[in-house]
Amino acid sequence: MKSAQRTSRPLAVAVAALVGLPLVVSGCGTSTAASSSEAVTELSVMDYYNNEPDKSFIGDALTKCGTQLGVTVKRETVPGKSLISKVLQQSSSKTLPDVLMLDNPDLQQIAATGALAPLADFKVSTENFAEGVLSAGTYKDKVYGLAPTVNTIALFYNKDILAKAGVTPPTTWDELKDASAKLTSGDQYGLAFNANPTYEGAWQFLPVMWSNGGDEKKIDTKETEQALQLWTDLVKSGSVSSSALNWTQADVKDQFLAGKAAMMVNGPWQIPALDKQPTLQYGVVKIPVREAGQTSVAPLGGEVWTVPQTGNKARQVKAAEMVACLNSDENQLAMATARNTIPSKTTLSDKFASDNPKLATFTELIKTARARTGQLGEEWPAQATKIYTAIQSSLTGNASPADALKQAQGQ
Amino acid sequence: MSLATDLPHSEGQAVGGAMKTHGPGTEKPVPRRSPRQRRERVFQWLFLVPAVVYMTLFFGYPVVKNVVMSFQEYTTSTFFTGEAPWVGFTNYVTVLSSSLFSTSLLNTVLFTIGSIVGQFVIGLALAIFFQRKFPLNGILRSLLLLPWLLPLIVSSAVWRWILDKDSGALNRFLGDLGIIDTGIPWLTSTSLALIAVVGVNIWIGIPFNLTILYGGLQEIPDELYEAGSLDGATGWKAFRHITWPMLRPVVSVVLVLGVVYTLKVLDIILGLTNGGPANSTQTIATQSYNLSFHEFRFGEGAALGNVLVIISLVFAVLYLRASRRAVDE
Repeated sequence: MKSAQRTSRPLAVAVAALVGLPLVVSGCGTSTAASSSEAVTELSVMDYYNNEPDKSFIGDALTKCGTQLGVTVKRETVPGKSLISKVLQQSSSKTLPDVLMLDNPDLQQIAATGALAPLADFKVSTENFAEGVLSAGTYKDKVYGLAPTVNTIALFYNKDILAKAGVTPPTTWDELKDASAKLTSGDQYGLAFNANPTYEGAWQFLPVMWSNGGDEKKIDTKETEQALQLWTDLVKSGSVSSSALNWTQADVKDQFLAGKAAMMVNGPWQIPALDKQPTLQYGVVKIPVREAGQTSVAPLGGEVWTVPQTGNKARQVKAAEMVACLNSDENQLAMATARNTIPSKTTLSDKFASDNPKLATFTELIKTARARTGQLGEEWPAQATKIYTAIQSSLTGNASPADALKQAQGQ
Repeated sequence: MSLATDLPHSEGQAVGGAMKTHGPGTEKPVPRRSPRQRRERVFQWLFLVPAVVYMTLFFGYPVVKNVVMSFQEYTTSTFFTGEAPWVGFTNYVTVLSSSLFSTSLLNTVLFTIGSIVGQFVIGLALAIFFQRKFPLNGILRSLLLLPWLLPLIVSSAVWRWILDKDSGALNRFLGDLGIIDTGIPWLTSTSLALIAVVGVNIWIGIPFNLTILYGGLQEIPDELYEAGSLDGATGWKAFRHITWPMLRPVVSVVLVLGVVYTLKVLDIILGLTNGGPANSTQTIATQSYNLSFHEFRFGEGAALGNVLVIISLVFAVLYLRASRRAVDE
């Protein structure tokens, strides 16, 4: 390397050119000027229904609406976990699809970036939707996304096990504790829920927290403390396995299926798996409230469909028609029936509940269900982290419920 | 470029310059290059270009980007608008003063030391064991590579099931042996979770240690052992005075690489415990991942990531020195 100095200038030029290369490459993606007068014959769609049977159900609905609107649908399905990173990547390279599906708690986060178009710009009707559904799709008073079908969580119980033990499905926290204790014996736990350190753990805790008047903006309150005390008591008394600290909702379903849990907190998307086991007789009730007379408030789940700001007005208009079509009464009912979810328009609830008695409890809950981002908007992820941190430190016995909440809120 | 303007000069020197060695009577002490040498030099640099391009694109750019990002308020909006206000050291102050940082730092240290010690001791023991000649040696040795070949997400899913408190294979096994009455909460007790995660990581790291150390052992000439045995150095003495000194360069390389690999472990912890219960398996790597990809605080995530890069860098420098020494020796 003795003579390196002599040739350093050409090398410096080469290095400078190479360092600049990524900038040039990334600059290529920004040219999207397309004339808006051209006839739209194709719409690109992205969603995370990458598993059967949902993949086909959604695909069929998209194709049907596409035919109706005179466009072919170019659909891409990505795994749920990578959807947001994909969306962020596309929004920086300006290659967002014409129609984009988002999980509802992510909508405000993405709408806040300016990547989505308000649906009112395209005169998409937002009438008759359940209040929670609209608040999930709203950012700063404008609706950006609509969910054709939604879901929530409730209490599943094994009819045979409860009958054998002479236990009726609980409606209050005291009854829940009693029932869980009675139903715990040997290998079998009374109840299973998920309290893992992810948003899922926070989501499963919301029903008891909200039903008791807890507030997600400020979690170190008496109401939330009582709710956390319930969760802690259930684990401490052994009615719920401490494995709940690491379970996912799918694990909870497996425990229930295997008869290792007499009751579980879970959602209607587990119904196909439960129905595959014909010997299992189960019922669904609302998640118990602290005192009789309180309303059981459930968290709203489900995916909203949005129209990204692609810069091509004609395609955006078509994309908005696609969102409207997916949300037509007929399509809502069809998708809800096929996918064991609930139509998001309250005008459809009665008919749907009587046609699908298995989903009646969920349908009832959706009318009053609350969106996780309803109050907090983009602040939800930070606050949800605090909620599951508090749950974990209380359930492991690291802190009392009150201290756990105080510490988490102060973080 | 400068090549063309220099040409006439070197032409005049062509005869003298062609000779590599200059006699004592040469007038000019500074040698001039012939066109051939010059061309050679250009080609040498051209051979470097692919490596330089690759390093710049795939290492230089992300590292620089990450450093810049850690000084910005980088949010989800940044991706769409491209606006990321400069915030100086705010991100660093936030992550370093967070109550979680000391927990994750301690966990990172414990996780790394525990994993490295376990992997190395077991890896070395197995490497020495496989030095002996016995039937099925080759097959067994290749089977031991299996943990290395499995995708980490698969390994962690299987271990998550093995370590389950109620129906996990490990607790069933211990229960059947009569060692325990009730299930041990391997992954859900704040005092055991880190140990369990370290255990799984040791299992994953053994093949790497075994392979490299076995290679190092093969390099040691048999004559040394023969000579040693004449002087009475057998068994432990042979290991202490022949194997260990001869293996030292390889050992330092294995250890330093092991530390760098272990510091950044993410998938195993996410797959097994997600950092829980109550943050007892939260490391700097998992916390940085959480900040960036779950809470969308990309600036803070990048800052924490850089802290990890700096820690790794210390060991990388150690590695470079160790490997240079290995070459010298």
